[in-house]
Amino acid sequence: MKLPITVINRSAVQYIDEYRKKDLILALSAELKKISSKEITLMEVCGGHTMAIHRFGLLSLLPANIRLLSGPGCPVCVSSQHFLDTAIAYSKIPGTIITTYGDLIRVPGSNGSLEKEKANGHDIRIIYSTLEAVDLARENPDKKIVFLGIGFETTAPATAASIVEAAKAGLNNFFVLSAHKVMPPVMKALVEEGVKIDGFIAPGHVSAITGTEIYNDLAMKYGLGVVVAGFEPVDLMQAILMLVRQFESGRPAVEVQYQRVVQGGGNKIARELLSRVFEPKDDRWRGLGMIPLSGLKIRDEFAEFDAERHFNIHVPESSEPKGCICGSILRGLKTPADCGLFASRCTPADPVGACMVSGEGTCATYYKYRS
Amino acid sequence: MNNDEEKILLSHGNGGRMMHNLIENLFLRHFTNPVLAEQSDAAILSMGTHDIAFTTDSFVIDPLFFPGGNIGKLAVCGTVNDLAVSGADPRYLSVSFIIEEGFPMTDLEQIVVSLAAEAAKAGVVIVTGDTKVVNKGKCDKLFINTAGVGSVKDKNKLIRKAAEICPGDLILINGTIGDHGMAVMAARESFKFKTTVTSDCASLNHLIGEVLDQSHGVKFMRDPTRGGVATVLNELAAKTSLGIEIEELSLPMHKGVTAMCELLGFDPLHIANEGKVLIVAAQEEGPRILEIMKKNSLGANSAIIGRVTGDHPGKVVLKTETGGKRIIDTLTGDPLPRIC
Repeated sequence: MKLPITVINRSAVQYIDEYRKKDLILALSAELKKISSKEITLMEVCGGHTMAIHRFGLLSLLPANIRLLSGPGCPVCVSSQHFLDTAIAYSKIPGTIITTYGDLIRVPGSNGSLEKEKANGHDIRIIYSTLEAVDLARENPDKKIVFLGIGFETTAPATAASIVEAAKAGLNNFFVLSAHKVMPPVMKALVEEGVKIDGFIAPGHVSAITGTEIYNDLAMKYGLGVVVAGFEPVDLMQAILMLVRQFESGRPAVEVQYQRVVQGGGNKIARELLSRVFEPKDDRWRGLGMIPLSGLKIRDEFAEFDAERHFNIHVPESSEPKGCICGSILRGLKTPADCGLFASRCTPADPVGACMVSGEGTCATYYKYRS
Repeated sequence: MNNDEEKILLSHGNGGRMMHNLIENLFLRHFTNPVLAEQSDAAILSMGTHDIAFTTDSFVIDPLFFPGGNIGKLAVCGTVNDLAVSGADPRYLSVSFIIEEGFPMTDLEQIVVSLAAEAAKAGVVIVTGDTKVVNKGKCDKLFINTAGVGSVKDKNKLIRKAAEICPGDLILINGTIGDHGMAVMAARESFKFKTTVTSDCASLNHLIGEVLDQSHGVKFMRDPTRGGVATVLNELAAKTSLGIEIEELSLPMHKGVTAMCELLGFDPLHIANEGKVLIVAAQEEGPRILEIMKKNSLGANSAIIGRVTGDHPGKVVLKTETGGKRIIDTLTGDPLPRIC
């Protein structure tokens, strides 16, 4: 008997529904199966891509010779434990308000989390825009407002804008603890380390800011294909098809699948803002260690807004939690299924490693969409 | 103060897994009795020859005013709905106010007027109450508690137990999901964008009454408030040891809610509703119940969204619009917006 399930005739949400059409996805799947002959390993760098691939069940639509690896592109997951310990230490300074994007609040530091410090009475607030933190600084001249800056080229311009805004307003109580990172160095580091990758599905929103030339090296020097992709199932299937075409024909290149958002040169205003406020520095990635010139440091011109230079607090380096293999997962060497803690001691409700905390972390994605 | 000692986190109150654990491991352990052990939305109590339903709910919403309602309207709807989904006919309410010193009198009056109007609409009478004022900073503006009692017909007494659910039963909802949670979130000062999303906050006792009067096919009902549709269905799957299958394409969604969820990275199945009821109905009665619901203005967008199955016991599975399947879990922490 056929079930009388109601099928709602939903009004289309523009830029979403067009890219979720089942027949298009299946057509792309059929084309992939037709043209893909060689074994190929592709890395989706961005946590948003990992999530979409699992949410829409795309793995089951790929031929067996195409392997996808999840990369280090989840901001919460790659922020070092030391960064979190520092944020927790700042939260304990009387008269300080910590402002943060929500994802960070439950990440375990070496002892406690921001969520637990909040329950201990420290003032920790979730915000949605960096400018809210600047407003808080304006409204509370007797408090020190610290914004925890995490994320890649996507979120860093908004942090830069907040610093410029604070400077313009003449504020002396607004500070940024920057763990901002940039994408290309870590992608190169993975390749140089010997992780077997034949091509990258590159994060769409990074290139919306930076343009695509940041990947030219990967194609020219390392002979790897890079396709900048959107986040809907049709986007991802098409990006994979483009990478497979490059691979099969032996012509690696940098291409843009996400053309409705990404323009060749990126967003000029955001890029200028970025380089005005930040400069590259060697930076520590959770699970991956030190990567040269992979982080963003606040320039001397804006030093007065740099929390690390303002607060004279020494936070000891810490070790990664025992048994946690987030590092290998972020390198694409292992999957959550290889981890002894996965889904037993480490769950979204009580996470051990960072990859389980963020909704876009590989472990949280595997947990959510496990079957 | 010992910082290592276990403390209450906001996640303990969000309707998800941590709150469930708190109730199981602390409250139920110390308050144990057969009525409470049922953990239904309202307790059904035997009072001589009659049975009554009894429930209570506290309201601490921020902001107090939001598109589609305010804390006063909500305080009536919440308690009325808890009674109605337990198969009861809500009759009397108590209302208690905890007010912060300095709270504007005009705001309080506006809230009380809405409360009275919603009570009249739902046909319940406010018969007792309490007022406390606390020092500035000792509560956040205004908290309201309501308790309610209702009468229960014999034929509806067992609905809350979900005992007769079997594979093949259909799952219905009376309209779009996630409206309340997203309307409240958009109303918070920190959001600078405008939406057309309004809270679905409404008393459902008349709609539910019409269904119960005209059909004997209702096997279970619950209002998917905090924790959303996903949490109610997971509790039901666990309680019955049966599986539940939901069709993504059948979920009624407001366009604005879909867009907000996409933007912030939320799953609409985890977002709170305040004017929705999930009904589990016998397969042969499902379509008729759908028609009854659609005739009520609060059920115009009603839909059959899924079914109970003998497969994957204890789990809720969503058949996605792109043809895949995925497990829908209970909410674990507060829904947090994604970073990028």
